[in-house]
Amino acid sequence: MLCATSRLLAAREASALPAHPRGRAPAPRSRRRELHFPGHPELPPGDFLVGRFTKPSVPTGRRVILRKGRMPPAAGGGLAGSELRPRRGRCGSQAARAAGRDVATEAATARSPKRPALPSSRRFEAAGRWALLALVTLTSFASRFHRLDQPPHICWDETHFGKMGSYYINRTFFFDVHPPLGKMLIGLAGYLSGYDGTFLFQKPGDNYEHHSYMGMRGFCAFLGSMLIPLAYLTVLELSRSLSAALLTAALLTFDTGCLTLSQYILLDPILMFFIMAAMLSMVKYNSCANRPFSAPWWFWLSLTGVNLAGALGVKFVGLFIILQVGWNTLSDLWHLFGDLSLSMVTLGKHLTARILCLIVLPLALYIATYAVHFMVLNKSGPGDGFFSSAFQARLSGNNLHNASIPEHLAYGSVITVKNLRMAIGYLHSHRHFYPEGVGARQQQVTTYLHKDYNNLWIIKKHNSNSDPLDPSLPVEFVRHGDIIRLEHKETSRNLHSHYHEAPLTRKHYQVTGYGINGSGDSNDFWRIEVINRKFGNRIKVLRSRIRLIHLITGCVLGSSGKVLPKWGWEQMEVTCTPYLKETLSSIWNVEDHINPKLPNISLEVLQPSFPEIMLESHMVMIRGNNGLKPKDNEFTSKPWHWPINFQGLRFSGANDTDFRVYLLGNPVVWWLNLLSIALYVLSASVFAVAVQRGAHLPVEVEGLSQVLLRGGGQLLFGWMMHYFPFFLMGRVLYFHHYFPAMLFSSMLTGLLWDTLLRLCAWSLASYPLAKCVHVLGILSLLLGTAYSFYLFHPLAYGMVGPLAQDPRSPMAGLRWLESWDF
Amino acid sequence: MLGFLQQPVMVTAEVNLNMVALTAVGLLSRLWQLAYPRAVVFDEVYYGQYISFYMKRIFFLDGSGPPFGHMLLALGGYLGGFDGNFLWNRIGAEYSSNVPVWSLRLLPALSGALSVPMAYEIVWELGFSHCAATGAALLLLIENALITQSRLMLLESVLIFFNLLAVLSYLKFCNSQKHRPFSPRWWFWLVLTGVACSCAVGIKYVGVFTYLLVLGVAAVHAWHVIGDQTLSNVRVLCHLLARAAALVVLPVLVYLLFFYIHLLLLCRSGPHDQIMSSAFQASLEGGLARVTQGQPLEVAFGSQVTLKNVFGQPVPCWLHSHQSTYPMIYENGRGSSHQQQVTCYPFKDVNNWWIVKDPGRHQLVVNNPPRPVRHGDVVQLVHGMTTRLLNTHDVAAPLSPHAQEVSCYIDYNISMPPQNLWRLDIVNRESDTDVWKTILSEVRFVHVNTSAILKLSGVPLPDWGFRQLEVVGEKLFRGYHESTVWNVEEHRYGRSQEQKERELELHSPTQVDIGRNLSFMARFSELQWRMLTVRSDDSEHKYSSTPLDWVMLDTNIAYWLHPRTSAQIHLLGNVVIWASASLATLVYALLFIWYLLRRRRRVCDLPEDRWLRWVLAGALCAGGWAVNYLPFFLMEKTLFLYHYLPALTFQILLLPVVLEHISDHLCRSQLQRSLFTALVVAWFTSACHVSNMLRPLTYGDRSLSPSELKALRWKDSWDILIRKY
Repeated sequence: MLCATSRLLAAREASALPAHPRGRAPAPRSRRRELHFPGHPELPPGDFLVGRFTKPSVPTGRRVILRKGRMPPAAGGGLAGSELRPRRGRCGSQAARAAGRDVATEAATARSPKRPALPSSRRFEAAGRWALLALVTLTSFASRFHRLDQPPHICWDETHFGKMGSYYINRTFFFDVHPPLGKMLIGLAGYLSGYDGTFLFQKPGDNYEHHSYMGMRGFCAFLGSMLIPLAYLTVLELSRSLSAALLTAALLTFDTGCLTLSQYILLDPILMFFIMAAMLSMVKYNSCANRPFSAPWWFWLSLTGVNLAGALGVKFVGLFIILQVGWNTLSDLWHLFGDLSLSMVTLGKHLTARILCLIVLPLALYIATYAVHFMVLNKSGPGDGFFSSAFQARLSGNNLHNASIPEHLAYGSVITVKNLRMAIGYLHSHRHFYPEGVGARQQQVTTYLHKDYNNLWIIKKHNSNSDPLDPSLPVEFVRHGDIIRLEHKETSRNLHSHYHEAPLTRKHYQVTGYGINGSGDSNDFWRIEVINRKFGNRIKVLRSRIRLIHLITGCVLGSSGKVLPKWGWEQMEVTCTPYLKETLSSIWNVEDHINPKLPNISLEVLQPSFPEIMLESHMVMIRGNNGLKPKDNEFTSKPWHWPINFQGLRFSGANDTDFRVYLLGNPVVWWLNLLSIALYVLSASVFAVAVQRGAHLPVEVEGLSQVLLRGGGQLLFGWMMHYFPFFLMGRVLYFHHYFPAMLFSSMLTGLLWDTLLRLCAWSLASYPLAKCVHVLGILSLLLGTAYSFYLFHPLAYGMVGPLAQDPRSPMAGLRWLESWDF
Repeated sequence: MLGFLQQPVMVTAEVNLNMVALTAVGLLSRLWQLAYPRAVVFDEVYYGQYISFYMKRIFFLDGSGPPFGHMLLALGGYLGGFDGNFLWNRIGAEYSSNVPVWSLRLLPALSGALSVPMAYEIVWELGFSHCAATGAALLLLIENALITQSRLMLLESVLIFFNLLAVLSYLKFCNSQKHRPFSPRWWFWLVLTGVACSCAVGIKYVGVFTYLLVLGVAAVHAWHVIGDQTLSNVRVLCHLLARAAALVVLPVLVYLLFFYIHLLLLCRSGPHDQIMSSAFQASLEGGLARVTQGQPLEVAFGSQVTLKNVFGQPVPCWLHSHQSTYPMIYENGRGSSHQQQVTCYPFKDVNNWWIVKDPGRHQLVVNNPPRPVRHGDVVQLVHGMTTRLLNTHDVAAPLSPHAQEVSCYIDYNISMPPQNLWRLDIVNRESDTDVWKTILSEVRFVHVNTSAILKLSGVPLPDWGFRQLEVVGEKLFRGYHESTVWNVEEHRYGRSQEQKERELELHSPTQVDIGRNLSFMARFSELQWRMLTVRSDDSEHKYSSTPLDWVMLDTNIAYWLHPRTSAQIHLLGNVVIWASASLATLVYALLFIWYLLRRRRRVCDLPEDRWLRWVLAGALCAGGWAVNYLPFFLMEKTLFLYHYLPALTFQILLLPVVLEHISDHLCRSQLQRSLFTALVVAWFTSACHVSNMLRPLTYGDRSLSPSELKALRWKDSWDILIRKY
């Protein structure tokens, strides 16, 4: 990991726009050499802490020289640490990393510096590490599984995701704006734990009764608990400091927000699990950079790919971690590329490995989830209407399933025409006129969502009124570019348009039904065009995307999607738009097709291929996401609310008598995180400027500053990547969108405070109390968060009784912000 | 003595005739027949309105951009003696004789003309040859879209001018940094950079992208200054502070200055008043100020008030009630309380008056001395004309069923008790004992029984509610939202005991006089916020386009058509230049990546100084293109071709840079170089030819025959108007 920023520095050096190029070109290079100190092999990388603790009275200025001169005997631990994983080969940063690690080991043993270094102490230490990890994991599991069954009713979005889990169990097709993996896993968990998919998940507050919901909640809680060991390991890998990792774990364990979000049937724990797992495997893989193509290297690299696929497969915001990993990979490749000792063949191998593991593998897995999704969901269900007619033909129970209709559109056919935009419906007309004052008083043409006789139209040639169904005449197919007439079957009026303004959209023209028994005027002529096809081609039922262009005015038949008033039976307005842009609302397809003269073919033939299904479902999801627009006059959560913990989300209950769960971050943790980000930016820029000014930092400070700049930099970048894009999103946002970013910010907090305390302890080294500073600091932070958790835990585990503004409430006095309403 | 007589008086002047010539042709191309056509062309119809407002000093609100651009256009009108009397309602309308068309169009045209020599200077300052610099200027000169856009009362050319000025002065600053930092020249260019940036932002918000680009480049350069160890720490600090002051603080101040002048100029109330808060409106001459001047400040028990919703979306409106009741059963079958409707009404009306009543007393008049209402007091609101009390209860609201219905209580004796107590919550109070002030206080009404909050849901009611806006009691959410906040707009102390008298009193206007002024910062922040949030109706437009259409000029905009002949003006670029500029950007990007990769492998194709020059040119020109183009992909507003022009300008600057680079570094032999030069000359000739062919559509001075027009329609997607005879 430590390599990354030096790579960045190198990149900046190469691509930047320096004003004085010649004077200072060599400076950064020599600096880099210093960072990695390959030139000082005699310098024991990790013993400085020991050296300091054993000789606290040495003045600061002389410390470095002294250490170079003679090695204190107690430095054994540090040396052993560096022997444990000897520095190898070219990756100079390994040394610095080892240095960082030893800081940690020393910190762990620093309380008894006098004790001679025994070989067995290392074994104890390893055991201690494992024990600590186990402890962290256990605490996290205990906190997440505690009162998991409470409340035994639907909370918040469980109503969606639980329902979608049931859909998988029942194999009914549905539509959701998120990719399927998360819900599939929930469904699987439910299936394995004996849930039969019969619960309706109607609305929040409904009691689960005898239905088994613990399997699904338990699965989410399991993944939610795993976040903490993952964060712990990530920070440990980045900082090589147990105390930093421990602090991170405590912050996350004791955060009521993470806890609440992990306890219910939601996508967020699954998403966060994959994000954190991807982060951890990326960090681990970075640590293996000195042993490329070794087994662990391959393992972590491909695991990164798997987790990326998982993250993207749960929600589209998984894209942010993909971008982060992508950036890391690019800078990694850039670094390798600058290493002249590597041949182009080796570089090619590196590149191929990354393409395989980080692009091909995730893509394959992602597509595989969709394949499973479509295979499992093969029954018609509530999601049908969102998809095109061709897609619906796949679903058993849908009226298009196993239907057989003629394939190519021919004159004389009776058809229904469906708009391609979601939830617009079929072109429709009925025996009612537009009212007085609304354009010409002719028959209404609308769109209608339901299947109905009035949706049937007969397609006719514009110039002949002969009955095309006359068996003596040959079948004539409609071709792209033909001029046609559409006759409404029930009322025998033609689809007509003219220069009158449309009823609602004033800039468009009115569309009416006109004429008697099919004879009208030249305003009834439409040119039929297929999108992206050549002129003269036949038109396919279901699959051809067609536009109807009015011959005289040149406008395009479309639906504005606006609902007509009562006179129009609250159906949707159909207009002829003079703007020729291809928008979905002006594109149609033919759905039903009746023509006795043509052979019917089974719709199986017309079924879209898998890539088409993928594409379509993505289009529908993206459109669905964009459609989630906040309404005026509605309270919406704004991204700037989130880091300051401005307002929570009600998971369950609102009144004093209810069992209330309120999603709100532990304010102590969150505000500490906020402070830490500011502090981090400050301290990192101080270090960066110092290095840029060519200041010679003492070796130990150098090591800490590297941890801060590189490890912390990764985490800060992760926080920014998972937070700032939300400012650009137009869709409606919720508080829980911040939680992935919050994980990164907590890890940054852990790393930052540990490093700062170490720096503090180092600068106070001449005072007798100095060695306690670090330990005391970490302990007080740990205890502080634990105590705040004790105060705020009812938010997550549930509260009953009066609301917090009531002095009798157990939460009285904890409503630190007026905007919290628990 | 008299020594000076022994020496002749010498004036040595260096005149770059290139520059002079370029300026001259630039002026010629932009100013020629400037007052033609004497009719409203395209967006002049919008900008003209604002100019008229400035001339009449009437307040207006335009969400499309900060006021500096409008003020510049208005300056042209001021210099030409425009009185603002013209009705800007239709594109193509003839200007009346009082409109100084020439001087109104002069400033954009001058900016367009001066962009030509500035392009020359920029390429020269980037370290390329005079030949390349002249090439860049000539390309800008003959670019038809830029000519069209700068000859009309539009802002793009001014924006481009300031963008180029910012880049140019930064380059000059950079170059003087090498020689004499902190010299007057250095300061001059540094300050000019800051000022030009803020002018660019002041014209259109998109100017901010160029500003960020310049800031970014300046930050990289400053980082190198930090790394320069020949400088002392104090010196480095001075460098950084000077940059921060000139590039961050100064632009902010200049930007505020624009608003200061804007608000200073626009002091009269006008048609856009309604969007602003009551306090803002009261600070304008006429309008609300005339009504509210002299109102008593403190609302007391017995006060008669109108309550305006602070959010004002979808339209600003006042709390209202009238005789009609809610229908017993709604269309969807739900029932209502059948009590008197309470709505929000966007017009002034006598039914907007409410009386603040103390629940403990029966009087509806103000005591002497008046007893002011404070934060936390419980009040009842009596509707002035019907004397019914504002009430809410556990009945679903007509259109927002999750919220409670708000009504004026009618007792039907059906065990539905009155719940008409409201606790006053002054949102912007400073202490808990604060008094409810008219106009200034923003208050919420919290229902005592159900803790619901009086809220404007903004949904228009159906016909039974006369299409007024629904008001509900919101019980679910206790967060802050402007739609739950109200302020008193009109206010007087009620004096009449009797209902009849009181009705008369309600009809009479309020009067008495006290001035009330908001601070500049308060007015600025409100105005800026409203400008950013005002929703323009994103109606589709015939000539709107997507960013992808712009790169290869797949679209155009018809600006104007002569009322009789087929002379017409189009925003239509020089296809050759557009296509080759896009190609040059691509070539630059590929070459840059190629060099970068090879440098990484320690193969240096270019000498260090050439490389740095190449990178800087790319960062400013290709970067300028990217920052001015790519953000449009994220924007949701209606986009037009002219949005691309700032990006195009930067792209054109890159074109000679790439050509010179190819000729100097990629042509190996003299022969190749000569061939390449010949190609470039041929290409430039064709660009000139195309420009000349499109000239009638650029200037609109010549009527073309239908066949000529058809011949000009090179792309199917171009929309050239052909009259049908």
